[in-house]
Amino acid sequence: MSWQEQIGFPALSVVTYLPLAGVLVILALHWLRRPLAKLGAEGAIAGAAGRQTWWPTTYKVISLVTTLAAFALTVWMLFAFDKASPDLQFVEDVTWVERFNIHYSFGIDGIAALMILLTTLLGFIVIIGSWHYVKDREMGFFISLLLLQTGMTGVFCATDLFLFYVFWEVMLVPMYFIIGVWGGPRKIYAAIKFFLFTLVGSLLMLVAIIAVVWYVNRQGGGLTFDIRALGDVVYPYRLQFWAFLAFFLAFAIKVPMFPLHTWLPDAHVEAPTAGSVILAGVLLKMGAYGMLRFCLPFFPDAAVDFVPLVAALSVVAIVYGAAVSLVQKDLKKLVAYSSVSHMGFVTAGIFASIAVAGNAAGMEGAILVMFSHGILTGALFLLVGYLYERTHTRQIAEMGMLATPLPVLAGFFLFFALGSLGLPGLSGFVGEFLSLLGLFEYSHWLAAIGALGVILAACYLLWMYQRVWFNDRGDKAVTPSFSMRDFSAREIVSLLPLVVLAIWVGVYPNTFLDFLHTPVQHILDQVGPSIESARGGAVAQLIEATRGLF
Amino acid sequence: MEGTDAMKLAVALIVLLPLAGFIVTLVFGKRMGTRAHVLPVALVTATAVLAVYAFEWVFRHQEEPFVWDAFTWLVAGRYEVTWGFQVDTLTGVMLLVVGIIGMLVHYYSIGYMHGDGGYYRFFAYLNLFMFAMFVLILANNFLLLFLGWEGVGLCSYLLIAFWFPKKTASQAGKKAFLVNRVGDFGFTLGMLLIFVTTGTLQFAGVFDKAEMIGAGTLLWICLLLFTGAIGKSAQFPLHVWLPDAMEGPTPVSALIHAATMVNAGVYMVARSYPLFMHSNTAMLVVMVVGTFTAIYAAYIAITQNDIKKVIAYSTVSSLGFMFMALGAGAWAAGIFYLFAHGFFKGLLFLCSGSVIHAMGGEQDMRKMGGLRTRIPVTFWTMMVGAVALIGVFPFAGFWAKDEILFADFTHHYYVVWVVGVVTAFLTAVFAFRMMFMTFFGESRADAEVQAHVHESPKVMTIPLVLLAIPAAALGVVVGWPPEEGWIHTFLEPVFFDVEHEEFAWLGTGGALMAFSLVVALVGVYVAYVMYLKRRELPAQLAARVPWAYQASLRKMYMDEVYEVAPIRSTIAFSNWLWTGFDVLVIDGIVNGLARLWDWVGAALRQLQTGRVQNYAFGIFAGMLALVIVVGCIWGV
Repeated sequence: MSWQEQIGFPALSVVTYLPLAGVLVILALHWLRRPLAKLGAEGAIAGAAGRQTWWPTTYKVISLVTTLAAFALTVWMLFAFDKASPDLQFVEDVTWVERFNIHYSFGIDGIAALMILLTTLLGFIVIIGSWHYVKDREMGFFISLLLLQTGMTGVFCATDLFLFYVFWEVMLVPMYFIIGVWGGPRKIYAAIKFFLFTLVGSLLMLVAIIAVVWYVNRQGGGLTFDIRALGDVVYPYRLQFWAFLAFFLAFAIKVPMFPLHTWLPDAHVEAPTAGSVILAGVLLKMGAYGMLRFCLPFFPDAAVDFVPLVAALSVVAIVYGAAVSLVQKDLKKLVAYSSVSHMGFVTAGIFASIAVAGNAAGMEGAILVMFSHGILTGALFLLVGYLYERTHTRQIAEMGMLATPLPVLAGFFLFFALGSLGLPGLSGFVGEFLSLLGLFEYSHWLAAIGALGVILAACYLLWMYQRVWFNDRGDKAVTPSFSMRDFSAREIVSLLPLVVLAIWVGVYPNTFLDFLHTPVQHILDQVGPSIESARGGAVAQLIEATRGLF
Repeated sequence: MEGTDAMKLAVALIVLLPLAGFIVTLVFGKRMGTRAHVLPVALVTATAVLAVYAFEWVFRHQEEPFVWDAFTWLVAGRYEVTWGFQVDTLTGVMLLVVGIIGMLVHYYSIGYMHGDGGYYRFFAYLNLFMFAMFVLILANNFLLLFLGWEGVGLCSYLLIAFWFPKKTASQAGKKAFLVNRVGDFGFTLGMLLIFVTTGTLQFAGVFDKAEMIGAGTLLWICLLLFTGAIGKSAQFPLHVWLPDAMEGPTPVSALIHAATMVNAGVYMVARSYPLFMHSNTAMLVVMVVGTFTAIYAAYIAITQNDIKKVIAYSTVSSLGFMFMALGAGAWAAGIFYLFAHGFFKGLLFLCSGSVIHAMGGEQDMRKMGGLRTRIPVTFWTMMVGAVALIGVFPFAGFWAKDEILFADFTHHYYVVWVVGVVTAFLTAVFAFRMMFMTFFGESRADAEVQAHVHESPKVMTIPLVLLAIPAAALGVVVGWPPEEGWIHTFLEPVFFDVEHEEFAWLGTGGALMAFSLVVALVGVYVAYVMYLKRRELPAQLAARVPWAYQASLRKMYMDEVYEVAPIRSTIAFSNWLWTGFDVLVIDGIVNGLARLWDWVGAALRQLQTGRVQNYAFGIFAGMLALVIVVGCIWGV
């Protein structure tokens, strides 16, 4: 369905480029400042604004307005969204490079819709959250955030493989700068590690994209980059196998799956708060999104064969991430490793549901985990950032008894920690339960091991909570040495939407699950025939193939 | 169905009023200062009235339970779960226990928590607890029950760690939650197995298909569900959290850790009766665990010196008694015991709170004594509770306990019966040890404390009196005559097809009853001799068999076992995973690759000679290699 029928304006492009427009406005004003100052207008404006710092406030307000507008438009779009239709919606299609039949084409299904909602939501929340966070080159920081949002939204909107790849790569640049410029002491190491890990994946993906497009062209399908068209082609098994592997590695790095996760803790620890929130909230989801969009529909036979390996790695990730979280000394690292654990539920759910026919629960659960992890972990990173602004440390050992000076902050922290440890009634539980349900249908034992992660989640979160907020140092009360003010209104405002959503998803997840039934069924229909003809043993094939190389 | 709309409203309000109380009190309570209790207490009172109304409704409609699917919770694939509620006779009994005791504890807390810095927080949490507990008992499916189940666990965490500046308190709160999580791990898997096997989690749907589930699967389902019950109802080996939970304020111990939440495991197993009744092995496991826990905890209770710890271990023991009953097939008797236990154990805890209040915070019974005349209301009500606990005719515990022992005996579980009788004896000993050490003899407190001993205010003593009434009379009212009392016929629709032994006054039934009464009285006498008349005896006994004494005093070393085995080993393993694997192996490879690249780059720099011939050769060689590789791969 095209945008003309549905909403009357190219909503996806508008949502995508609103932040970019914000950047352009900021830059234009920035360039106009000097001439204005010469005319003596600056004093007039400052006088009108009533303060000397009118310029930072101006670009922050512009950032906030554009991201809020993007969010509002997204919500509007979700209301206009036809959940029952299997077609892509709000479709925009313009030929871009005629020579190669590359299109500028946008369109979303229910999965992408939820991801865009998450992106635009966190987009304006980090603007609020970073209001006073950065001290140095502040304008660049806000511009990077806006550019990042445009890139991320584009990834979820693109329905042309080439366009997708462009957005995928474009998005890396602002993130690289956010970590590398505004990060902590080891920011260069972290930024380069992040960039290289992702780049290796991207290059593998590029090779696979070329192989796929080339194959379709050679088979007489004509040169096309249209994702749906390419997805409907049945590829020969050999190509499927290798192309799946390439795509899968690219996305597995992004998720990140064990054992490709080690860039994540470093990136999180060094990134500024906003970077961490976006990284955990949106960027990690792109890995899983890519698997849903490419690995499964394009290469169903290979995907089914890889299920045992991926499911096992996912379960390892759940337990491993949780276990390593348990012994972290740095709050941010703890949350970062917990992301590895939670994302294990995502990949487990996705791949378990293609192992057994008619097992939609696992995949729907996995996508709900993606959404809920974005809310909860995003909030936790924000909170860690707020805490850091007060204590100037993230070392758990240096905290304690903070609930006395910061009761409201402690309350919010507990709320999101409980959500993260899977308390029923909050968002984390529903997704993880459904994901485990899907995994359970595939393998009882893997699900049992995965469920251990739920125990461990309670362990690392509550133990951390006790050490940070309660007394853990013996019976004499520890009085925090910091003079601290409790939550400000701005900080509460930045978290309230997340509180509402966490409860909403926990109590009535159908609002969100309704978006997923049709696209998930679509993916399962594409994979369905392969379940019958599964040959299994991807690992054995892999070993066999590598032996052939030497 | 008559009056269903009214019931819908009642059920919705029962759930929503405490929730509203929680939210409002949490947000605005601080500003209300010392009046923060007004709203929560008012709402809970209203809830209790509604609970009684719902009970009355089910009293009139015993055969057809009220079932209401309010709205769907989640739909995914072929699975669906609702926010569904039901009220049948079992729920009715639970509603009375939770509603009435919950309300009385709220009133009591007004006095007990007076002047505490977290006054509003306390009432907010209590209201949240009421919400979760009502959801737990009103749910018509396992997942919603689980929501309440985890919710009460959360409240338990919050309330045990209520005085979080105390390390032991925050430690105990965390311990309670984590130990429960271990049980919930089993519960979750049990739910998954039920869901996958039967396609639904709704009680009615699952139980309809109970007979069609294969024996092996059914056994797994029952055992996994029971694992959850072991955690929540503090059975061996997951009982370790409950004694520590006494770090919380005493009203919490009474409400959550005696009368309501800890019964959730028993309730859940009873609720799953149609599953358990088809699996004899599972029933046997339930009985064995319950029986063992009953005597194990009673043995520990004998040497504890903290008044609340005694009652806590007594609770563990009593819960074991309930599971013993369920496992032996005495379902109604188990719930009867739960019903009575809620009142007399809640009463005992509130009385102990009143004692602690009088003693200015002192909990060690070695520093008490002679309080009988100083705080008479507390003394007499606590005496009622103690007598009801040990099962003296005609108090509440007597009827319930004897039905359980009777069932053990007539179902030919003689070993279990013997253990049950020994437990009853030990219970009598430790209960009256507590009474004698606290209220009789001369006072062992220092003068300062003695001078300040005072009876608690009315707002605390009136709930004691109100609880003492059912603790005394409930047994006769609902349990008379034995095995055919009102509670049996009332629960008949839930526990259908249960085999029943005739209770003969002039036969096994009467004989057993008389025997266990004698056992209880002997226990009281032993306590009298050891702790009042010849007080040197316990020390001599301890010196004679030090290992037996130490084992009891040190709680069978379970905390030490847990410290070493799961806790330290997990942390050590996690540390190894992190520093050994994550940092060393994975990042080692990554950084090693980077260094290798560095080295390769340095080596390759030599190639940049600047001579055109060299470059031309390179280009040619590269082209050749490319052609060969491409040719080989695609077989051109």
